[in-house]
Amino acid sequence: MSHADTMGSHSAGAMERPAFSVPAKKMAMWLFIIADTATFAACLVAYGFIRNATPNWPRPFHSITNVALMTFILITSSLTMLFGIEAAQSGDKAKAFRWTMITAAGGALFALLHVREWLALIDEGMTLFKNPWGTGLFGSMFFSITGLHLLHVTGGVIALVAVGIRYQGGRYGADDLEITGLYWHFVDLVWMFVVPLVYLMNLGH
Amino acid sequence: MTTAAGKQNGIGKYVVIYICILAIAALQFVVAYSNITPSQMFARTLFLAIIEAALALLFFMHLSHNRGLLGFVVIFTVFVLLTLQYGWTDSFRLSGGIPWAR
Repeated sequence: MSHADTMGSHSAGAMERPAFSVPAKKMAMWLFIIADTATFAACLVAYGFIRNATPNWPRPFHSITNVALMTFILITSSLTMLFGIEAAQSGDKAKAFRWTMITAAGGALFALLHVREWLALIDEGMTLFKNPWGTGLFGSMFFSITGLHLLHVTGGVIALVAVGIRYQGGRYGADDLEITGLYWHFVDLVWMFVVPLVYLMNLGH
Repeated sequence: MTTAAGKQNGIGKYVVIYICILAIAALQFVVAYSNITPSQMFARTLFLAIIEAALALLFFMHLSHNRGLLGFVVIFTVFVLLTLQYGWTDSFRLSGGIPWAR
């Protein structure tokens, strides 16, 4: 094989089509999402097994108003994110920025409601290791799972604001907004599993 | 179809999916208040959560446009869940299910 042939095959290797025809940045986000799915799945499966194996598991939730409101806000913020991406893809920068900031505001409101709920539970005597209703494991599982999710929401809000501002300033494009949107939808998707497993299964009747 | 009409179609589709997800979420709350056993509640609410997640994955995260990536995500997720299921049940068996572990 000549030198030119070798060079040719090397260049072809460097220019080969990306995996699943997805651009590298977007693929990186998908790989992160897949890895994070494993993290949340591990937490939720562990929670399921521990809950099943513990006899005096508490069921402290008596009202679903707060968690229903939080769910509504998070799902709605996924829709506003899609509006922002649509606007960015059609070149309407101002509209895309506005929808992205509305999404971030939704995320911030969700985080505030979550913190308020935590404070109410702490007020009732619940900590990481004990609570007045039953096994102390409940607090550990509840704060770990919802805390991990809250951390993702907070990170998402910061990312949305940062990417939104840079998009507005012309440093980022519509694809960057779309990739941040993927993360935001993932945060929403995780919540869809946290609600039934952590809240609704522990609803006191 | 013009670009504007196509865009309107896209947004319309998102709104329909959003309403479906909200309705399924509401159904989960109805199931939680119904008079059924915890295992029935677990199965039903989890089933609804899987439908919600599938809708979000396919339409909000656009996996319906990319079958290859969809297959990769589904295979990986199922593999992780099966591994966790195996690992946890085996741990429980080891800690309490066999005579010499006691």
